[in-house]
Amino acid sequence: MVRDPTVLWHPIASVGDVPPRHVFHGQLLGRELAVWRADDGYINVWENRCLHRGLRLSIGVNNGHELMCQYHGWRYANRTAQCTYIPAHPADAPARTIFNRTFPAAERYGLVWSGEAPSGPPPEVGVLDAGSAMVLRSLPVDAPPGLVAEHLGRYRFCPNDRLDAEEPEVTADGHDDWSVLLTASAGGSSTTAAFFVQPVDSNRSVIRGVLSGSGEAADRLTVLRHHSTLLSNLRDRIEAYAATTPPPEPMEVKLHQVSEQLARVPVASVGRHAPLRVRVSRKWKTAEGVAGFELESIGEQLPSHQPGAHIDVHLPNGLVRQYSITNGPGEGTAYRIGVKREPNSRGGSECLHESVREGDVLAISEPRNNFPLRRDSVRTILLAGGIGITPLLAMAQTLRKDDLDFRLHCFAQSPAHLAFPELLKELGSSVTTHLGLTPEATVTRLRELVGRYETASHLYVCGPGPMLGAARRVATECGWPDDAIHFEYFRNDNEVDNSSSFEISLSRSALTLPVPAGKSVLEVLRANAIPVPSSCEQGACGTCGVTVLEGEPVHQDVYLNDSEKLAGDRIMTCVSRSRTDRLVLDI
Amino acid sequence: MATIGDVAGCSDPVILNEWHAISALEEIVLGVVGETVLLDERVGYTMFEDSACFAWRSTPDLTLGGPVDAVAIRDPLPVRSQYGYLWTSLGSPATELFSIPEFDDAERRNVHAGSPMLATSAARAVENFLDIAHLAFVHQGILGEQPHTEVSDYDVNLVDDEIIATKCDFYIPKVGPNFDAGIIRYRYRVPRPFCVMLYWDSYDDPSREDVIGMWVQPMRQEQVRAHRYLGTIDRTSTDNEIRHHQLLILGQDKPIVENQRPKRLPLHPQAETPIRADKSAIAYRRWLSEKGVTYGVIPALT
Repeated sequence: MVRDPTVLWHPIASVGDVPPRHVFHGQLLGRELAVWRADDGYINVWENRCLHRGLRLSIGVNNGHELMCQYHGWRYANRTAQCTYIPAHPADAPARTIFNRTFPAAERYGLVWSGEAPSGPPPEVGVLDAGSAMVLRSLPVDAPPGLVAEHLGRYRFCPNDRLDAEEPEVTADGHDDWSVLLTASAGGSSTTAAFFVQPVDSNRSVIRGVLSGSGEAADRLTVLRHHSTLLSNLRDRIEAYAATTPPPEPMEVKLHQVSEQLARVPVASVGRHAPLRVRVSRKWKTAEGVAGFELESIGEQLPSHQPGAHIDVHLPNGLVRQYSITNGPGEGTAYRIGVKREPNSRGGSECLHESVREGDVLAISEPRNNFPLRRDSVRTILLAGGIGITPLLAMAQTLRKDDLDFRLHCFAQSPAHLAFPELLKELGSSVTTHLGLTPEATVTRLRELVGRYETASHLYVCGPGPMLGAARRVATECGWPDDAIHFEYFRNDNEVDNSSSFEISLSRSALTLPVPAGKSVLEVLRANAIPVPSSCEQGACGTCGVTVLEGEPVHQDVYLNDSEKLAGDRIMTCVSRSRTDRLVLDI
Repeated sequence: MATIGDVAGCSDPVILNEWHAISALEEIVLGVVGETVLLDERVGYTMFEDSACFAWRSTPDLTLGGPVDAVAIRDPLPVRSQYGYLWTSLGSPATELFSIPEFDDAERRNVHAGSPMLATSAARAVENFLDIAHLAFVHQGILGEQPHTEVSDYDVNLVDDEIIATKCDFYIPKVGPNFDAGIIRYRYRVPRPFCVMLYWDSYDDPSREDVIGMWVQPMRQEQVRAHRYLGTIDRTSTDNEIRHHQLLILGQDKPIVENQRPKRLPLHPQAETPIRADKSAIAYRRWLSEKGVTYGVIPALT
């Protein structure tokens, strides 16, 4: 009985067909396959078709991590086959998740195996050594696979050590529709050959043979030639026989349709504005787990930035993330940012680390500064925790150029964790590093560094939440007023409660709008076409702030300091809500 | 690749009734039988000294390269000799061809830029012509350049049953002495299912537009000839330079369109994944669907 070929493993290539950075064009049961090995060794077996316009991916480019389509530069990731980059829309590219179709892959006996939906592991042949089998030249035959297997059952050959044997004895040890196991014996030596018939299409097959014994035999070439000649003769006989009957119809291959959601064209993203286009001109490892990116304009001159400013980076996976500019004053040809790979990345830092490469185009916002540097200060203390160094680097370089007194203190796990070491070196003796401190030791050290408040001193802190909180507490205890403590959070670690409902009254537009539970003020404003700039949308960056004229807000952000929150005259529309039934906003 | 149950011959009335360009007039040898394939049928054609043109379904007595006399042509097909090409139809075509006002512009040079063959369907070839995003990849250094890959939003409208795409802005590198690298604005026009045109501001006279047309002759469902017409204000290039340039561009497109699968253009909205840059292609597929075109496409009906 013929077993259903779609649930079986079939060989589709020799291991030698998939060298690094190559794409092999395979075919199984009528279906074309793009087969490629990534630099991590993984073999990808994919539908040979870009989901965009059907271009064969086998003529694409294997860059070791991704396969790039030649037509429009779409890129698909190793292992998942997820589309990671669409160059035509660097600003708003796929918030949609696009996957190419993948098939299972295995390596055994020097062959690459795959199947439509194979069950269990690939076939095992006891006498063959999975590692050192000798793989014969693959031989395509224009004949149905079943016919090829039938003829292979009568294949006669000599054992490896007795290639001159006149009358070798060949016994069949196994035979089915897709494989034949034969052993040739003569003069005391014997060799087992396993032949697998790859069903390319209804009238096309590839004979893939593997010999027992060492693939390192001294007379390897002679053995290969022996089989090459015999198999070529066999092919001629099979093809002559097959030509006596009309060829069967080609197999019908069903191409999957894309989902309805993917078939809809997404509208241009609204809300967050990303007018600038930059090219990743350099990507490098600047510290353990931190990648540096140099973003250079592909069009007009980049807008100037102030120290402390950040940009929104619109990522190819649809996410938007904020990164501080590290540039010193006057360095306007490219922005440099540092991106720490977050272990619990929600896809932002991971995308930048894994997918974004040199040469890619990204959409970014204009620089925005919610962490301004005062330059009327006689003493400035910059406290950086980990990747929090980035805005403070811009500040330190500015203060140095302006000849203002400052100290930059960098807290990090180890020297290898200090990002942008070349800039720190340039800043020389103004920089002090504090390495490998426990949380308790960090607080003690902060107390020493901050010291008593003196007039015209300013403190700038950026780093992880706990360190930031500690620094603010210490400074307050040491008598620093709120307006001398400047800080920037990366993110809002507080849980945001949006279960209340209330009303907002917009004084300038004479509108009253309900804010239901589950919706933010920002979302309600946007739904009513009232534009409000926004960036992090989690109460950390300060971009979406508006003035409150009446009502008592519930802040929930980490941007405003305590006295600002107490004053109650400003809210972050992305997270803040109302304690009163109504908030009157100055919009 | 032939599909199961495929029979040669066109049964698509829309495409049968279309006018199809089958040769540039300048390539026809007077009084001698030329032969080509149109919609799976062999078609003979010729032109006489009085410029009279004829086309007919091939017959054994009129062999390719042989002499022909007008009286020997029985059952001639309808013909037009217009815009520098010989047009014919295997059905009942409209009286008039679509209009190309630029063709009669006295200051313009009308150049035939070759008729290369492509192993793909007519609709795939047209869609590739309409495609903007591929310019930076397939025609890198000529019609586009990385990293300038972004396709900004453009307008697509149906005007008098023609697809018109306007405000198609794209970055073009420095291609000639009179043109600096920067954003170029294109305008596309699809007057008939297998005829497509492109307009842009002339490098030599920015107040006027250059135009290029591609008349795709559907020889078979998956084999075409792409006749390229240029109406240009170009005052510097020779005709041969223009031809070479066009052949270079088409030579870059050829391996791309011949490696698309399926070769016939799938009209079902879920067959492929469109993005905003594909607005004109989406309109084109829908337009073909609404016309009921079946030749060289995979109809949306499943």
